[in-house]
Amino acid sequence: MEATGLSLLTVILFLPLVGMTIILFIPGDQGRNIRYTALGFSVVTFALSLVMWASFDPNVAGLQMVQRWDWMPTFGISYYVGVDGISLLLIVLTAFIMPIAILVSMASHIFQERGREKWYYLFLMVLEWAMLGAFMIQDLIVFYIFFEITLVPMYFLIGIWGAENRVYAAVKFFLYTLAGSVLMLLAILYVGNQAGTFAIPEIVSMVHSGALTFPFDGLFSTQSYLFLGFFIAFAIKVPLWPFHSWLPDAHVQAPTAGSVILAGVLLKLGTYGMIRVLLPIFPEATVAWAPIVAVLAIIGIIYGAWVCYAQDDAKKLVAYSSVSHMGFIVLGIFALNGQGIQGSILQMVNHGVSTGGLFLIVGMLYERRHTKKLADYGGIWKALPVFGAISLVITLSSMGLPGLNGFIGEFTILLGTFGSEVLGFFFALFATLGIILAAVYMLYMFQKVFMGELDKEENKHLPDMNWMEYAALIPVLVGVFLIGLYPALFFAPMNTTVMELAAQVGHFVTTVAQAVP
Amino acid sequence: MHTETYPQLVTLVILIPAIGAFINLFWGARLNELAVSAIATVASSLAFLVAVLLYAYLVNNNYQGVVVNPPLLDGWIRIGTSVEIPWQMRVDTLSVTMMLVVSGIGSLIHMYAAGYMHGDPMFHRFFAYLNMFLAFMLILVTGNNFLMMFVGWEGVGLCSFLLIGFWFDRANGVGWRNSNAARKAMVVNRIGDFGMMMAVFMIFWTFGTLDYYRPGEIANPGFGTHGAEAAHVEGEAVAAEGEHEEAAATTEATHEETTAVVEGEEAHGEAVAAFTNNDHIPTEQLGVFGKTMRWIEEGGHEVDFGPFSLPFETVLIIITLFLLLGATGKSAQIPLFVWLPDAMAGPTPVSALIHAATMVTAGVYMMVRSNVWYHEAALTSLVVAIIGATTALVAGFIAVGQWDIKRVLAYSTVSQLGFMVAAVGVGAYSAAVFHLLTHAFFKALLFLGSGSVIHGVEHGHHLAHEGHGHGDDHGHHEEAFDPQDMRNMGGLRRNMPVTYITYLVGTLALSGIFPLAGFWSKDEILADSFIVGFGEGQLRGYIAFGLLLIAAAFTAFYMWRQIELVFHGDARSDAARHAPESVATMTVPLVILMIGSIVAGFINTPANVLGLDNLFGAHRFTDWLSATVVNAHAGDFQWLLALIALGLALGAIFLARTIYGKASPLVGAEQRDPLAIGAIGRAWSLANARLYWDETYYRLFEGPFNAISRFLADTLDWRFWHDYFHNNVIRDGFNAIGNLLSKPVDLGIIDGVVNGIGRLTRWLSGAVRGVQTGYVRTYAITLLLGVVIVIVVLLLPLLQTNG
Repeated sequence: MEATGLSLLTVILFLPLVGMTIILFIPGDQGRNIRYTALGFSVVTFALSLVMWASFDPNVAGLQMVQRWDWMPTFGISYYVGVDGISLLLIVLTAFIMPIAILVSMASHIFQERGREKWYYLFLMVLEWAMLGAFMIQDLIVFYIFFEITLVPMYFLIGIWGAENRVYAAVKFFLYTLAGSVLMLLAILYVGNQAGTFAIPEIVSMVHSGALTFPFDGLFSTQSYLFLGFFIAFAIKVPLWPFHSWLPDAHVQAPTAGSVILAGVLLKLGTYGMIRVLLPIFPEATVAWAPIVAVLAIIGIIYGAWVCYAQDDAKKLVAYSSVSHMGFIVLGIFALNGQGIQGSILQMVNHGVSTGGLFLIVGMLYERRHTKKLADYGGIWKALPVFGAISLVITLSSMGLPGLNGFIGEFTILLGTFGSEVLGFFFALFATLGIILAAVYMLYMFQKVFMGELDKEENKHLPDMNWMEYAALIPVLVGVFLIGLYPALFFAPMNTTVMELAAQVGHFVTTVAQAVP
Repeated sequence: MHTETYPQLVTLVILIPAIGAFINLFWGARLNELAVSAIATVASSLAFLVAVLLYAYLVNNNYQGVVVNPPLLDGWIRIGTSVEIPWQMRVDTLSVTMMLVVSGIGSLIHMYAAGYMHGDPMFHRFFAYLNMFLAFMLILVTGNNFLMMFVGWEGVGLCSFLLIGFWFDRANGVGWRNSNAARKAMVVNRIGDFGMMMAVFMIFWTFGTLDYYRPGEIANPGFGTHGAEAAHVEGEAVAAEGEHEEAAATTEATHEETTAVVEGEEAHGEAVAAFTNNDHIPTEQLGVFGKTMRWIEEGGHEVDFGPFSLPFETVLIIITLFLLLGATGKSAQIPLFVWLPDAMAGPTPVSALIHAATMVTAGVYMMVRSNVWYHEAALTSLVVAIIGATTALVAGFIAVGQWDIKRVLAYSTVSQLGFMVAAVGVGAYSAAVFHLLTHAFFKALLFLGSGSVIHGVEHGHHLAHEGHGHGDDHGHHEEAFDPQDMRNMGGLRRNMPVTYITYLVGTLALSGIFPLAGFWSKDEILADSFIVGFGEGQLRGYIAFGLLLIAAAFTAFYMWRQIELVFHGDARSDAARHAPESVATMTVPLVILMIGSIVAGFINTPANVLGLDNLFGAHRFTDWLSATVVNAHAGDFQWLLALIALGLALGAIFLARTIYGKASPLVGAEQRDPLAIGAIGRAWSLANARLYWDETYYRLFEGPFNAISRFLADTLDWRFWHDYFHNNVIRDGFNAIGNLLSKPVDLGIIDGVVNGIGRLTRWLSGAVRGVQTGYVRTYAITLLLGVVIVIVVLLLPLLQTNG
């Protein structure tokens, strides 16, 4: 399994770092060179991620393209990368979102105000490296390091190029996520200590062969505490209700690219972690806690959507919609069956594409009018017909219109929830109410901005879309339609891995039912 | 069994309008009006032509439907082996009926719209939407599984949204915009979609599939000898009807029949496939309906849902109730009908096509498609009958009190949909589809007629106020003058003779006057509910019959009120006085639809009525449908009943003529309705106020929803959770811990680090006002702590191995 030489994954992982190094040596006044270097490296990374997809074998459940080097052998820590059905699409998503984030930055005016363009793209490159690392790494300690490193460039992106309250938001973002992961670190150390290694696949096989057990006898026992140590870190990242109060600040203050990456990729680190760590390593605690987590997820779905409807700031509205949408993803994961988990993984991609797209739209509106207040718009469709039509498609995809991407994910998640051994009918019933509310707030926003009379003088002569904006939005549209019309393409690579995982966890449903009356 | 290429044509039915939409959406702006409307109309007509070919195919195939896998499409949602939902289509007598109605009426409305929308700056977009609507509607009716139906279901909802909000920049009354109406339609329908989604989940986990039928499966195993008899009579019937061939959808379809039937007769012997039932197919290879019949036959089936299991009968009741919720949304029934009257904000051709003839019947189609379930679920049937009949009556009552010409028709549509839904409730599935079909003709006719009237009055208004500078932005100075208010009309029969005559025929057809289309279909519904009630003693029958009979009287009354107010008497405004007749592209479809409204009823004339069955055959439509609809049955004609219904309708017309006729007190535009006096006046005011239905909903749901939304967003989430909890608990807690830890640890390093980070942040963030150093300090300490913990704990295993 272990490749000699450089695995494709290693190449993909370190390419952004090479890009960063090159940017470091470009003088700061050569904006054009900096921009295109960043764009070039991100595009090549995306292309290579597609090559990775093409050479991925969908019939293998375990890791592929593995590369492992000892790093701190005394502690059982290694550089260990690999890809399976769970991480494949998320790696591609990361590589897909990045060029879009760069394109929308190239079209932005923020550097005229804030300058330091070089540092901006430098941070973006570091961010891409860290995110790719978090999805590829199979060693808990190194995973933790990458998980945390993502905070640093994001902190600076928000803190330097953000809106009025940027420092407050940046610090809050940093603090919350960091505080959440302290417990995770402790849990990681405990697990590694018990297992004698930090390599996830080895720990998982020990757990399922019985060589390693974390004592479990109910909602409050050793395994459950470990579960919670990880869970809280991931839940804050997602963010799952009620851990969401950092999100509106971070999104509202972040520059457009920051919001796109935050919603598009960073939030998925939480849900990815749940699938990668919680389900296989703590299966009994997962089963026992699943209904409680699902209740939080459903509260998040409904609460987030309800809060959206009262927003007067477009960006804040989209931010809260993430709370609602991410609730669906968590729900699907804790349905603990193939449909739910596959739906969740696909929905992570969908949310990245659709909500990323919504942030692009809000950002493009902001570039033109320098306001995010819904009340300052109205009838924009008339002034910008193509932009209006694209926005409608993305709005509908976020709302879950069949034929577009969002529907496939939501449908599969809810289907899984309905048929879940641990959740079932009433969970599905309440979660499905979310689709009504999604229509309520998404159409509210669309109507406020794009429909109605074009009565404000400032809105009558908005500049048309430029090529960079087209280049950023068209891939989003391609994603929206491709996933919506041909989801089989996306389910195929994840199926084998997820089915094995679901079978592993499903094995514990009856045993836990006996342990926890 | 045999793979045929002929039914593959069904792909084209969807593809052609989709291509039309595509062309007009992307290139329409560069084409002129003629090209745009020609592309759209041709696309629609070609779809109709293909539907006719499919009709001929079914006749040849002894009415037996087939499942079609469209070329090039390899599955849709496929998750390993656990979920398999294909793009797959169904050609059978029910879907072809719907295809003919949708594309046939659709083509006429496209043609009409070319005249109606003339001069609109978004002309091409309008036709792109119309074609897009057709494509989705045809997906809805041709899909072979519930999820494809849902794709169409939502797609037509989207088109409805776009078209209601087509003039999205216009206001519609005080504080109400067209865009509000569009949003309302979509949101209310989403409530129905919630029911659809739940039903789909339940269907999947009950049956393991969402497919209606599997390839090779026979929809109605009981269908056989019946069809042959019917086909025999058809041949003669068609000959008599030949002269109307170009008239409209059904008649044109009948024409095809003449040739097709002859071949059908010959082919009959060998075309009856090797199997006439599904007994040779194992249960797990059947579609949902086949499985249902099998399980019911076997009895005692339980469905396991993981945490709990339910008897199969209970499952069916739950599924059908969820589906019903979906139907009340799309087919505008109580409690979700409130969106449809507002949907009239869309251009009139849209009202005719989407909000009268086709889309709103989707709920009826869906329930008829699922007739195997509704037939078994007695409780649901009762609910369906009550909802349908009540809606028919309530909407009919409200229609009496409306002044807006389109609003009357909107409530009338709600009411007629109630008839169809009630028909489903009493198990009269073929009567429901029959009424759906005839209604499509006369309601489309009436809406297009009202469009012609509005158009005329608008033009009349312009002509009367020549010099006020008419021109490009019409719709601006019309705020004072409402061209849809019937009080501004009167006497239009003189200026608009074609519109008048066609409208009159539509009115009579809708009122159920012999021998027009509405008479036959409405009578069948009434007769069936009568039998279920008085014959079989079932509650649903009594309820449906009683309420529908009254609703039928209301129908005739409000329609004739409209005739009097719009066309008879004297003109009550300059606009009405100067209104010109509409152009030919608009009047020709009116005439064709009028012919349809006259003859469409003959496709299902009952046996033994005035010897008509010798001419047209007896319940031919029911026979055709029963190849697919297992529980379709032909009702007996009830002479007494028919006479009572006819008498009621004529009486109501007479009454309306007396009240609103020549002696009408309504001579000026400002006058009150003659009914708005005394005790009846109070009832009329209620109808006029639409029973305060919207207001009640606002008070009960929308108001509280908004209030809770504001409370959650401002108070709970922001001021409490975001500000108070964060500042006082999380941040202060952090600071407290930070200070606590920093005191003993502080060797001057931390301050240095803190200041360093503070400076770095300040430098990087430019001119930040007041960096919160206390905050940064805490955060630095946290980082430091993190590092310390990592190092300490990493050393732990070493300690352990040593010890």
